[in-house]
Amino acid sequence: MSWLDSTFYILGTAVVASPAILLALLGLSTLVGRPLSEASTSRLTQAAVLFSLIPALGILVLMLTFGIRYVPVELGNWVNIPEQEFHFHLKFVFDRLSIPFLLLSCILCGVVGEFTRRYLHREEGYGRFFLFYAVFFCGMVISSLAGTIETLFLGWEMVGLSSALLVAYFHERENPVRNGQRVWSIYRLSDAAFLIAAITMHHLTGEGDFGGLMSSGVWPAGTSAINASQALLVGSLLLVAVAGKSALFPFSGWLPRAMEGPTPSSAIFYGALSVHLGVYLLLRVSPILESSFTLKIMVIVLGIISATCGALMSRVQSDIKVSLAYASLTQVGIIVVEIGLGLRYLALIHILGHASLRTMQLLRAPTLLRDYNELENQMGSRLPQRKSIWSRMVPGSVKKWLYRFGFDRGFMDVALDKWVVQPFISLFRWFDRLEHRTTDIISKESSRESDNIDLHPESTGRAA
Amino acid sequence: MSELHFPWMETSILVPLIGAIWMQLRGETASAIKGTIAICAVTFLLTVAELVDFVLLNSFEAHEHWPFMNTIFNNEIFVVDELSAFLLPLGALIFLVTVMSTLRTKTPRFSMKWALISEALVLATFSCRASWTLVILLSISTIPPYLELKRRHRCTRIYNLHMAFFVGLLLIGYAWLSFVDAKSSAALIPGALLSGAALLRSGIIPFHLWMADLYEKGTFGSALLFTTPLVGAYAVMRLVLPIAPSWALHAIAILSLITAVYAGGMALVQKEARRMFCYLLLSQSSLVLVGLELVTPIGLTGALCLWISVGLALTGFGITLRCIEARISRVSLADFHGLYRQMPIFAGFFLLTGLASIGFPATVGFVGMELLIEGAVHIYPLVGTMVVLAAALNGIVVLWAYFRIFTGRHNRTLIPMQARVTERIAILMLTLLILGGGLVPQPGVASRYHAAKELMRLRQSNPITKDIEELSEEHHHAPSEHKQE
Repeated sequence: MSWLDSTFYILGTAVVASPAILLALLGLSTLVGRPLSEASTSRLTQAAVLFSLIPALGILVLMLTFGIRYVPVELGNWVNIPEQEFHFHLKFVFDRLSIPFLLLSCILCGVVGEFTRRYLHREEGYGRFFLFYAVFFCGMVISSLAGTIETLFLGWEMVGLSSALLVAYFHERENPVRNGQRVWSIYRLSDAAFLIAAITMHHLTGEGDFGGLMSSGVWPAGTSAINASQALLVGSLLLVAVAGKSALFPFSGWLPRAMEGPTPSSAIFYGALSVHLGVYLLLRVSPILESSFTLKIMVIVLGIISATCGALMSRVQSDIKVSLAYASLTQVGIIVVEIGLGLRYLALIHILGHASLRTMQLLRAPTLLRDYNELENQMGSRLPQRKSIWSRMVPGSVKKWLYRFGFDRGFMDVALDKWVVQPFISLFRWFDRLEHRTTDIISKESSRESDNIDLHPESTGRAA
Repeated sequence: MSELHFPWMETSILVPLIGAIWMQLRGETASAIKGTIAICAVTFLLTVAELVDFVLLNSFEAHEHWPFMNTIFNNEIFVVDELSAFLLPLGALIFLVTVMSTLRTKTPRFSMKWALISEALVLATFSCRASWTLVILLSISTIPPYLELKRRHRCTRIYNLHMAFFVGLLLIGYAWLSFVDAKSSAALIPGALLSGAALLRSGIIPFHLWMADLYEKGTFGSALLFTTPLVGAYAVMRLVLPIAPSWALHAIAILSLITAVYAGGMALVQKEARRMFCYLLLSQSSLVLVGLELVTPIGLTGALCLWISVGLALTGFGITLRCIEARISRVSLADFHGLYRQMPIFAGFFLLTGLASIGFPATVGFVGMELLIEGAVHIYPLVGTMVVLAAALNGIVVLWAYFRIFTGRHNRTLIPMQARVTERIAILMLTLLILGGGLVPQPGVASRYHAAKELMRLRQSNPITKDIEELSEEHHHAPSEHKQE
């Protein structure tokens, strides 16, 4: 191993190890019931972000200096059964796609950590927030650098869980918790689609390594190792996974719901980072899209629908964070269209630019509203609204319908609840009633005692 | 056959039995919990010593040193092999942590004596291979829950009906098998009877009603002890796997898979925590059966890993729920309780064990689930998809239950609801195992793979089960062939 390889290995390991160590420290201290102080938690978080960011920058500088475009860092097999050719390979890749996304993740996580340190000061859930933050950060770093589809799934799951728990951060109120549950449910479905896609790819190619899946060349030069029909199958599954993770149509509902957490941190997490993870996956497997024309069309159509819906909704929302969330969706939709059209570098630049801009907007949003208010007070009237050309061209009835469509968030959550969740729940409730009746008949009495027991008497006076 | 350096198995079975006799003489007072914990701890240490001794022997199977029982019955009764070596400490640990998490107020309802007898029965079962002793032990082990239901004046009809069928099928099946050649097609009918018995004991639909009924009417502790060691899966492994042809096993795998998805869906619509737990356990334990019945090396390895994971994680999940129930009575999932502030340790452990049970990354179940799905896809891609779907449903259930119990409202209590010392120790032990097994999975996976291979080898010796090996060989080579193309 040359000195350059050794340097890459050490720096690469540091990038991945740093968030893992942060997670271990925060997790262990919580586990043994000795939570760290606010100052220690904050310092550790800052150090972890820096120890990920600086080695990543070091790798970037070395790659640019020596004209290297692909640096794999192999940490060996986590699990290995050689006879069955089964291995869970811990491989991390630094290339033209992963490094920008990694730097973006580190910088935005650093910004979130720094802001949260102040406004969660002396909050009861300070330690809890940073523990979930560590899971999120770790997941983002692993997902960004994943060199195998299994490793990407590992990071993907960590991001999913931490997102749901962060959305439910104010967990003494019902609404954030319900929102967290919805985010988790959508993420689980998208995780399932991703896992099935991963296994199918593994099954078709015998490879879990992205290099093997793309048969040759490093990103974005690879070509797919599967044929058109296989690509359509795998790609469709991946598209479901991407739609769930990036809040594309019809799963957009979770993004505005996620904004209720400890803002602006959560807003940055979801509006600028988490929402791009899905499209990052699409970029990573973009050579597969090239194999199937139908798949490309599907990607483009999904992007257009999502962008259009996002644009409509963002214009009529009454809450600035929700409005920004839908504005994010518009941009993510456009990024998906770019990926579908094969404009990979443009999509990557768009991700970086959009994430940074959106972070600034989300940070500025609360003070902007205050400034806006002050300005109107000083003027003594509302600020003048400029009417767009569309408002004159579109008929009134259509405008009203579009307004309702946008204001009710495209009826997407309602439709999902009505057409997916309710039939599922009704079916299983029917099974439950059937079981109840059967056990009643066998028992010759009422068999379900839990119906008669006074459940959850947890109020102060009755707790035992 | 190798020989252990000490009769660990017989001693570990005798210790809880003697403990039960002592409990009978002494009376089950509130202070008896400490004694029971000590007995269960000693038993657990004995099973761990047996595992260490066995691992050091580096053999597939071993029998006792100074076999007392063998001298009496002139037969090799207790034999440990790679399949059961890990199950014995797992079984003992399940009993230890359940007893450790029992509040003193529960002693009038949760019988320590019967818990110790059940432990002896479970350990004896896991120490037995296919024989009449195993059949009798499996039959006898159905008695303690029945006696508890009777003592609590609860209706036992559902339990009795299912267990009577289980015992009947088991006895008739094994008796029939004793009269025919197990390597001929004449073994198909007794094989089917034994399969039926194993499915009943595992709670595979439509034979699962007894399980929900037991959780409904029995004490939570006893129900946990009867179901979490997955004795039904053990019956499948010992009695069905060696004689059932591949097509029959695949049919059972499909049935188990339907159970996994169905139970995952049912868990989502339950309004009470115990019932939710019951269906979650049913779903995850069915996945173990799916892997066992795929009989490919990868699928079997996944099932054996998942078995350990389900045993650890769902026992942890169950005892957390039981601890909460012991403090606030039965827990409704219809509304929010907001108990996080009162019991943060339980909340963390609830989440950890719940996520471990669904195979979340960095927990003990993750690699098991990956292997299982990988193995399932090799047989039928749709099976792999259904396994993923079941896991997704269970994941939704776990977080839903967490949110309902620990969040959603601001709840104040004037009395302390924190975990007691013994509860904390139990939680810490399980946490270390769950995270340790998840972060360093290779030793466990390698051992389970070796066990799976031996199981496959045993099947190969039987002509009517041979075709599956050929099939698995084909599937095993399929990816590499594809690569060559």
